[in-house]
This record gives sequence, C-alpha cells and structure tokens, in this order.
Amino acid sequence: MSVTNPLPDGLADKGGPAQPLLIVRNLQKYFPVRGGILGGKKALVQAVDGVSFEVKKGETLGIVGESGCGKSTTARLLIGLIDKDKGEIIYDGQDLGGTLSLRDLRRGVQMVFQDSYASLNPRLTIEESIAFGARIQGLSDPVGRARRLMERVGLAPDRFAQRYPHEVSGGQRQRINIARALAMSPRLVVLDEAVSALDKSVEAQVLNLLADLRAEFGLTYIFISHDLNVVRYISDRILVMYLGEVVEIAPVDQIWSSQAHPYTRSLFSAMPSMDPDNRTMEPPLAGDPPNPINPPSGCRFHTRCRFAETVCKAKVPTLRPLSVGSEHLAACHLHDLGSGHSKAGKDVLA
Amino acid sequence: MTGNLVDIRNLNVRFTGARTVHAINDLTLTLKQGETLALLGESGSGKSVTLKTLLRLLPPKRTQIDGEIEVNGVDVLTLSGKKLQAYRGEEVSMVFQEPGLALDPVYTVGDQIAESVMRHKGVRKEEALSTALDMLRRVRIPSPERRLRNYPHELSGGMLQRVMIALALACRPRLLLADEPTTALDATVQIQILLLLRDLQREFGMGVIFVTHDIGVAVEVSERIAVMYAGQIVEEGTTREVIKDPRHPYTRGLLAANLHDAARGARLNAIPGAPPSLDTRPDACSFAPRCPLAEPACRAALPPVHVPSDRRRVACIHANAFVAAE
Repeated sequence: MSVTNPLPDGLADKGGPAQPLLIVRNLQKYFPVRGGILGGKKALVQAVDGVSFEVKKGETLGIVGESGCGKSTTARLLIGLIDKDKGEIIYDGQDLGGTLSLRDLRRGVQMVFQDSYASLNPRLTIEESIAFGARIQGLSDPVGRARRLMERVGLAPDRFAQRYPHEVSGGQRQRINIARALAMSPRLVVLDEAVSALDKSVEAQVLNLLADLRAEFGLTYIFISHDLNVVRYISDRILVMYLGEVVEIAPVDQIWSSQAHPYTRSLFSAMPSMDPDNRTMEPPLAGDPPNPINPPSGCRFHTRCRFAETVCKAKVPTLRPLSVGSEHLAACHLHDLGSGHSKAGKDVLA
Repeated sequence: MTGNLVDIRNLNVRFTGARTVHAINDLTLTLKQGETLALLGESGSGKSVTLKTLLRLLPPKRTQIDGEIEVNGVDVLTLSGKKLQAYRGEEVSMVFQEPGLALDPVYTVGDQIAESVMRHKGVRKEEALSTALDMLRRVRIPSPERRLRNYPHELSGGMLQRVMIALALACRPRLLLADEPTTALDATVQIQILLLLRDLQREFGMGVIFVTHDIGVAVEVSERIAVMYAGQIVEEGTTREVIKDPRHPYTRGLLAANLHDAARGARLNAIPGAPPSLDTRPDACSFAPRCPLAEPACRAALPPVHVPSDRRRVACIHANAFVAAE
C-alpha cells in the first residue's frame, strides 16, 4: 500500500511497503517498588515481560487486556515516555537508540491518552497546544497547521482557537488531543484508551473521526482499550495481554470466532450479554488477576485456568502460530503438541 | 397505599450557587418490592443525583428539592435527625463506584461491617462480628475468617467491592442503591460482581436501583430499564421492551453506539452534538437539538408521554410512529 501524507513535512517512507512500520522484540520493563514492612526490600513489578509484535503499514492493531496487564506500559515504552529495560523497538527499519533518535521517533509516532484534560496544558489556548509540537520540531507554519487540523477534527477554528481546555467538553478535548497528535504528521498514532472516558454517543462520533483520519492521512493505529466491542470495530488484528505477556495475536475475525487461549476465551465470555433472554449464567473466571509483583510461574494464567496441568506451572509457553504459516498465534501448552499437556492438540475450548 | 417500594413523584432537583443547574426535572418513577431497575444514562443525565436524593446525601444548603419521595411508605424528604440516620443503612443503603474510597482505610473490613450492624441493630460486638463473617461468606469471599481482619488496602478491587456489598446488605435493607458499582472493575471481575448482585437480590428479595451508563450491564442485572436524558426519564419499560423495541430516538442512538453488532469499518450512526447544559429548566424536548426526527413541535413544548402499555412510557411525539416506520 502506498502511504501518502497530505500534510507537508511528513516523514518519508524509508523501508518500503513490505517493511513493518513498527517491530517490537522482547520488550521488557520492570518497575522497582518498595516491599517488606520497613520498605527495605526492593520488589519488581514485572509490567512488561518479553513482549514482541509487529505493526504493518496502514493496519490497526488493537491491544486488549485487564488493568495491570501492561498495555499502557507498552504504549509508553513505544514512544519513549519511559525507558525500556531490554528489547528492541524498530520504527520503519530503524532501531530506536541506534540509527533512530528519540526526537525523530516522536515525529513518526504520536500518542493520544485517556484523560483528555490532564494531557493538555491548561495555560495554553487550544491553538497554542496544537501548534506547540510542530513549532518545537521546526515545522513550517505551525499556527496555520493547527487551524487546518482543528477544522478537520470538527472544531471551528474561529470559535475554538482561543479557548482554554477547561472551556470545552470532554469529546471536544479529545478531538483537540487528536489534532495535536496529527500536527506532527505522524505515521503511527498510539491511542491509549482514547475513547474510554467519553459517553457512548460521543464515543461513536470520535470513532468515526478516527476512521476517517486513518483513511485520509494513511495512518497506522495501535488502539488500546478494555472495550472489546470498540476494539473489534476499529482493529484489523487484536493482541491480548495478560500480566505483562502477550497470550494471543490474531486477525480480528479469527479471534472473534475462535479464541485459542483460555484467557482470551474467558475475557470474551465476560462481555455482558446484550440479549435479555440469554443472560450470562456463570462467570467465566473466579477471582481477580494476580499481582504482577510476583507473577505465577510457568504460564502466568495457570492459577485461574481450568485446563491447567503440572506442565503449565513448570514451563513458560511460547507464542507460536496455531498451524504452519497461520497469522493466529497463541502462547498456550494446549496448542503445542510437544508440550506434555495431556489435552495438547485437542479442541477442548469449544 | 400504592404497594410500591419506591414512589418518586414530580421530583425536581436544582443546584444553586455561582450558576444554577437543573439536574432533575419532573421525574416520576416507581419501583415494586423485589424489583431491579437500571437507571441508564450518560454523564450529567441525573442518574446519580436521583440516587443521592433518595438517600438525602445532597448538600442541603446548595440544593433545592421539590416533589415527593416515598420509600416503603416513609416520606423521605421530611426525614431528619435520628429518623434519617435509621433510614440510611436500615431501609436503604448504597454501593458506590469506588469501594477503595468508600471504605475507611484505618479500620479492618470486619470492624466496619460490625459497626454498621451494632449501630442499627443494637447488638454487641461479638454478635455483630459474626454477622459480618456471615455476610463475607454470602458475598463469596474466600477464607472469610482471615479477610475479616484485613484492611481495605490488603484487598483487590473485586474483593473490596464484595466487602462494600456485604456492608450495604448487613442490615438487610429493603432497597439497595448501586451507583456504577462495576465501572472501575476489570471485565472478568465485573461479570462476577453482576452475577453476585443478581443472586443476592433474589436471595434477600430487596428492591435494587442500579445506575449505569453501560447497556450491557443493565441487561445483565435488571428486569426494568429507565433511560435518562437531561434530568428526565425519556423511556421506561421492561429490559426486554427497551432493548428489543426501543421507541425513543435517544435510546435507539445509545443502542447503536454500543457497537455490539456494528459491522467492522462501517460508519457508525453516531448521535451528533452533546447533551444540553441544563442552565435553564427544559421547556421543550431536551433531545430535539440532536434528534434526527425533530420537528417544530419538538422544540415548541415538552413532549407528550406515551404509555403504550402498563408501566411502559416514552416521552417522544414519535413514540407510536416508530412502529409503523419499521
């Protein structure tokens, strides 16, 4: 797919269409926390542990998982808001920290956060906020760019340019954040729960806007959300995380019709039913997700999994295609014939 | 009298101060004993204000309330002093969105539940603690004896919400008010709490008013739904009626925005615009500025309330036309 960027000063494509826009390999981030009664011993929150995935040019990758699974930490690592402990982030063939500087990465990758108010400077007008990054990066005509983008996201510049963030509604503020991200002419936009704080009727408007902008500017999205319906609607592929690890990745239609990992299965069945005649009768999982400070051994899901056997406690499953060449990957001993799990290869989930 | 557990008639709630907000406008609502009603609406629609008014939690100096509220025959708006204290917790109690904020961090969860039982039932501490233990069992907390002695920070979000429910139900209220109790929880935990509430409602036979912005949650937990917009109820009926045969354009818009069966990549039928500010009391249909079917009559006067069947109502001039249009 050819990717053109109608805004001037967009970064040129370097790797060609076949080069994934983003490659993440073995990303790891542990946060130290004080443990013990006197706060003496250091414990580590294993927020992101060995995460690998690729994002193709022009696609939308949805990331789902519960709180503490590491989806937001992954997003923050991707744009260098926090430093990774280990692993590689390769943007359009260039290695972050090697041939690619953080400054250049942020020309190519921008982010929209959940809290639309906290992510804007309250002392800057809307126009100044949107123009700020472009000015810092030395792009041409930052103010004109800001006004064009305001128009594009549905905020009339004459009415809104001189207002402050507290003077507009949540939906409008999220449009400002989207415009600000686009002011850098990025190619990849990371949307971290960007529509989650909005009311449903406003959320639909913003999703329509995101879909239009994606087509118009040839954007690639990483869309993080806890709302599976929203992720299904906007994504091409879905990545599922649990306690800092990737448990499943698949094209959206495949994962929607058959989830390969028992956790994904439970997560999907935990969605409230929309049919009053067919309500959920049994919760798919008991208890809360374990603490990422001291995650379970082997497969991190084994403590809540109804198919768990000794092998699951002992051995970490690897993320592997369900069949040769399949785009559907899962990290579960059930799908690894050589794992030693008694039900390996059998279709027990259905 | 009416045999209803809750009778709210022509309730108006106004917040005064630097600016006036007409939060609830002429709200009428009934709940029968043992019924579960979901109040469905977006932020600012007045659903939480309705709950707080029922429990008289709004600051009296800055709030003007008129209308009538009866709960189990008691005139709630005239209660004061000891009677109000007895009403809260004994007749009616509430579960909040953030159990971490609603519980006191310096007391064990057992002591907090026991305190409420001692206060309302006038029993000794040992007996109150055994009631607390029984409640922790009923909300299915694993190893309840140990959990009784835990402080709130030692429990996970899902456990805290179970404790909150145990606390609310410890004195066997006739009416439970639940204000978005699962919104802050993870998906796999949310469904556990919803099913728990459904079971406890059946077991205790209490009435429940469940405030939520999530239609899926309302479907899981309630037998009736009242949809709120701009401080008014725009549509009410059984859950099946409202979900399968929505009559108000706003309800239809909300159902479409849920994305439950939206085709991937297709354009969403989003409701344009945003809810009104409520600086003035609505004198026409509040939804008209965003409504695809609005006509001059909608902007001229308050919409008539259609009552297609018993306890079903729709505040829209098109309420009947919809059926023909389909």
